[in-house]
Amino acid sequence: MILNIARRNIWRNKRRTLITVASVFFALFFGLMMRSVQIGTFGRITENIVSSYSGHLQIHKKGYSEEKIINNSFKFPSGKIEKIKRLNYVKAVVPRIESFALASSGEQTKGCLVSGISPEKENAVTEISEKIISGRYLTQNDNGALIGDKLASFLNVGINDTIILLGQGYHSVSAAGKYPVRGILHFSTPKLNSSLVYISLKEAQTLYSIENKLTGIAVFADNDRHTSLLKSEILSVFNPENYEVLDWGEMMPELKQLIQTKSAGSYVVLGLLYMIVGFGVLGTAVMSAAERKKEFGLLIAVGMRKIKLALIVFSETLFLGLIAVIAGFAVSLPIILYYSVYPILLSGTMAAMYEKGGFEPVIVFSSDPSYMFAQLIIVGVIVLIASCYPILKISRLKPIDAMRN
Amino acid sequence: MNIIEVKNLHKIYKESEIEVHAVRGIDLIFEQGEFTAIVGPSGSGKTTFLNMIGGLDKPTEGEIVIDGVNINELKGSKLIDFRLRKIGFVFQAYNLIPVLTAKENVEFIMSLQKRPKKERIERAETLLKAVGLGDRLNARPSKLSGGQQQRVAVARALASKPMFILADEPTANLDSESTRNLLEIMENLNKMENITFIFSTHDARVVKKARRVITFDDGKVISDVKNKY
Ligand SMILES: Nc1ncnc2c1ncn2[C@@H]1O[C@H](COP(=O)(O)OP(=O)(O)OP(=O)(O)O)[C@@H](O)[C@H]1O
Ligand SMILES: [Mg+2]
Repeated sequence: MILNIARRNIWRNKRRTLITVASVFFALFFGLMMRSVQIGTFGRITENIVSSYSGHLQIHKKGYSEEKIINNSFKFPSGKIEKIKRLNYVKAVVPRIESFALASSGEQTKGCLVSGISPEKENAVTEISEKIISGRYLTQNDNGALIGDKLASFLNVGINDTIILLGQGYHSVSAAGKYPVRGILHFSTPKLNSSLVYISLKEAQTLYSIENKLTGIAVFADNDRHTSLLKSEILSVFNPENYEVLDWGEMMPELKQLIQTKSAGSYVVLGLLYMIVGFGVLGTAVMSAAERKKEFGLLIAVGMRKIKLALIVFSETLFLGLIAVIAGFAVSLPIILYYSVYPILLSGTMAAMYEKGGFEPVIVFSSDPSYMFAQLIIVGVIVLIASCYPILKISRLKPIDAMRN
Repeated sequence: MNIIEVKNLHKIYKESEIEVHAVRGIDLIFEQGEFTAIVGPSGSGKTTFLNMIGGLDKPTEGEIVIDGVNINELKGSKLIDFRLRKIGFVFQAYNLIPVLTAKENVEFIMSLQKRPKKERIERAETLLKAVGLGDRLNARPSKLSGGQQQRVAVARALASKPMFILADEPTANLDSESTRNLLEIMENLNKMENITFIFSTHDARVVKKARRVITFDDGKVISDVKNKY
């Protein structure tokens, strides 16, 4: 009987019901879409850079991040590397020698990032061989180089052409070497295409005159969630007096900042959406309570306990909220799940804009349940709070005042 | 048997600085089976008095004892439960839940009393037949005339098996035909079932039917005529 009253009240004023449901539905729908695309796209960008190159964390000699020179190299720490490998959440640990150099061929010269890698170990994580568009991958002690496709076309070199790398080695001795191009790479991150040159670790040690030394160790976590935890564990192995451990946000502050600014913008929009929910639900609750004042007065006068009445009215709003939340998820989830599996590939001017900004031209939807849960909780709490208004009204209601004309 | 005992009842309304002494010292006793009209000029305190003996408003001073219970001492849901068990109400205008049918409006009060479903339905139908609405059981209030709505209200008031029924100007919004009809029903219930009715009215034809007439003026009882006929 009590449920009958609640149910029929919902149907009695269809417009009010519609406003309540629609405000919750749309706010939830747009909120979910926006967060999904944002988290998905940022995740993709970081994942691309992190997993295809930088790693989640890097270990350097103290001072390297300020002065990225070969002098800031350190002796290959085999024992410590073994310890890091055994930590939880560590997917891989790879040694690197990184330094800037000039690459030239014929008349053309361009600054580049020379990365000395252990070909097998590196390929097991960053899958560089998958990115080869022509030629082949490096063998373990290869004396050749892999270069990004943009850099190759700038230098006008193809497979088996030779490039010359010029840089500064240990204690400022000049470093110079000739390398035949073994393969040309294409990354999804445009910046890497125009600047990256891979040579084997051994060749890099020779080039820079640093026998048995490294400039850095890249650590790959199983998931970005564990980056900060890993960082503190690594710091207990690599004494911070001699080493520095940087996460990807510290290595690429521009990227981190970009994500933060964009997120801040989206929080403003989310705030507006939540206000729509709040006012939509509260507004209709206020209207409804005002319209039904006499009815409430009558019910209490003839013997209905206030708590019972409050429960009916509360359940009405809650029911509408629930319907809207279910509808919101029912409509959003399939879209999110579909596009999280099949990202939208951009083309034409949109794609060009993305590329120009240094991003892969793709819109990715994240299906990470944590942001959905957060939205659910926030919208749920707003609906709950707004539904409490009639309860407040009822608790203060005096039947004879309410029933007076 | 005395069902309501009112002793030295006062009500002062305070609105900002102005005090209105609406009821000024009323002593009355109501007995089981009465059919009583309260009359008096507008503003004489009839509604104020009925609200107080119905437990809808608190007196400023004095005592109301219903069935041996001093209702001034009841608070919150205790008072609400007391109203549900002991008192039937028929209001002047707004009496029914708009989303419920006539039958459900009558049934509803019994469901508050947690009576079994079968009993509720049977009693609701019997009562609505008794007030001449056997053919409008499933009509919503908006589809009923004012007189029919008041008859549903009487059925609703009876449904909870109260000790007495309070009705503040139950016929004020009715035409003379509906007034006569409603009063006949109330009279019959009083005679056949010994249901106690206490109602206020301005209508001389209604007053004529009453067996006890209490006249108020300026918050006091100025006459109390019993056992007419
Ligand atoms: N809530 C209130 N606040 C202030 N004054 C009130 C209130 N209710 C009633 N009064 C005053 O109390 C006095 C008695 O009013 P009451 O409604 O009891 O009279 P009544 O006999 O029912 O009149 P009527 O025949 O017009 O219904 C009036 O002067 C009225 O203005
Ligand atoms: Mg009155």
